[in-house]
Amino acid sequence: MGLFDKFQGLAAARRELAALGIDPFGVEIERIISPTEGIIHGRRTILAGTNNYLGLTFNPECIAAAHRALDAEGTGTTGSRMANGSYSGHRRLEEELAAFYGMRDAIVFSTGYQANLGTLAGLTGPNDVVLLDADCHASIYDGCRLAGAEVIRFRHNNADDLAKRMRRLGARAADTLIVIEGIYSMLGDRAPLKDIVDVKREHGGYLLVDEAHSLGVLGERGRGLVEEMGVLADADFIVGTFSKSLGGAGGFCVSDLPALDLVRYSSRPYIFTASPSPATIASTRQALSILSAGRDLRARLRGNYERLHAGLTAMGYTLGASPSPVIAVVLGDRVEALQFWSQLLQRGVYVNLMLPPATPNGVSLIRCSVSAAHTPEQLDAVCAAFADLRASCGVVAAENSAGT
Amino acid sequence: MLEYPQVLAELSAELATFAPGRVEIGEDTDLLDDLNLDSLQVMNLLLHIEDRFDISIPVSILPDVKTVKDLALQIEKLAREA
Repeated sequence: MGLFDKFQGLAAARRELAALGIDPFGVEIERIISPTEGIIHGRRTILAGTNNYLGLTFNPECIAAAHRALDAEGTGTTGSRMANGSYSGHRRLEEELAAFYGMRDAIVFSTGYQANLGTLAGLTGPNDVVLLDADCHASIYDGCRLAGAEVIRFRHNNADDLAKRMRRLGARAADTLIVIEGIYSMLGDRAPLKDIVDVKREHGGYLLVDEAHSLGVLGERGRGLVEEMGVLADADFIVGTFSKSLGGAGGFCVSDLPALDLVRYSSRPYIFTASPSPATIASTRQALSILSAGRDLRARLRGNYERLHAGLTAMGYTLGASPSPVIAVVLGDRVEALQFWSQLLQRGVYVNLMLPPATPNGVSLIRCSVSAAHTPEQLDAVCAAFADLRASCGVVAAENSAGT
Repeated sequence: MLEYPQVLAELSAELATFAPGRVEIGEDTDLLDDLNLDSLQVMNLLLHIEDRFDISIPVSILPDVKTVKDLALQIEKLAREA
C-alpha cells in the first residue's frame, strides 16, 4: 500500500467536482467588504454562510482594541503560554469569561477546534467513559480519541437513549462525562437540555455543553442554551469559540470546578501550541463586552433568522429545524445539492454546502448562517434567489425530514 | 449467557435488516466492502446492535472490527462483561 493510495477516494471526488465545474470547498473570497458582503468570482456577493452571527468582525470598537494591542504588544506571542509565558490579556480574558458565566475559572485556547480537543484530551483518559450525542462535532470526537477515552454514542437529541446507556454503565455512570452541543452546526437544531439535565441528575456524571453556535445567540445575556433553559448551574463545563459570534479566533472552556486549572497542565493542545496573538485577544475581549451588554444585537439576529426561516418555509423548502441562526435546507442527492449551491452563488448568494458523511442521516444540505448585520434587503435578496431557483430549476426539496 | 453462535445468528439477522438483499451475510462478510457501508453508517449500525444485545459498544473498538466475525466476538465479550 503506497503512501498516497488512501487518497484515491478523495481524488475521485475532486475529479467529479472538477468535471461539474463546481468547487464548494475551495471558495476564495477575493475581497471582504463587510460582515455580510464580499467579492467572489469578481461579483459582489451576500455572505450567508460565515457564522458571523452578531456581525462583529467590522465593529469599530473591536477593530480599535485590536489596533491598540497590535501597536502596544506586537504581532504575535511567539510561543506557548506554559513554556513561554502568558500575556496579561490572556489571563484577563479568562477572568472575564469566568465572570460572564459566574463560574470559577476559564481556559483560553488558540482555536475553537482546540478548545474541544484540549478540554476533552486534558479532562479524560483511557479509563474514562464519554457519552457523546451522535451528531457531536468532529473536534469532540477527535478530543476523545486523543485522550484514549472509552466513547459511547447515544442517539441524537434523545435523552431516553442517553439514560439507557447511563443505566448500562452502572456504578461507572457517576464519573461519566456527557457531551452535547447547544445548537448543532449542521441542521441548526437545539439540544433537549432540560431532559438531558434530568438524566444527569438521576444517574450522576458530568455535563459538558459546547455552545459554539449558541454563545451570544441564545439566553438573556447571550450565555447560550444553558442560560435560555435555566440550567447554567447544571453544566459542569461550557466550551465555546471566539470565531463565530465574537468575530475573532480561539476558544475557551469555563467551569466552576476547581480541577479545571489542572486540565490546563494535562492538555497537550493547550501546552504545545502558540497562544493567541495580542490583537486577537483584545478584539475578543471587546466583543465579549459588547455581546454581554448587547440585547439589541440578539434581538436583531432573531428577527433576521425568523425572517429567512419563514421565507424559505413559505416557498415549500424542507428545513432542518425550527428557527435558529443556522438554517439548513434539506435537498436530495449530492449532484442536485452541488448544482443548487452553485446556482445560488451565481445569483450572488454565498452559503455552505454540506454533503454526507459530514451530515446526519446521509442528507445533502444547503446551510445558511444568518447575521445580526444582514439588512432586510439582503435577506430578501437571499429569499429571492431561493425562490428563483425553486421556480426555474424545478428543484424539489427532499420530502423526508432530516430526522429532527 | 450469550454464546458466540447465538450472537452471530442474531447479528446476521440484524445486519440483514440494515442492508437488506444486498449480500449473503456470513462470518467473513466485510462490513465496509461487502455491505457497502461508510464509517458513519457503521457507527449508526452499532446503535441498533447495542439495543438488540442491551450492551454499550465503545466507538474505539471500530478499528479492530472489519468482518461480521470481528463484531460478533466483540459483542460476545461485551455481553459477558456486562
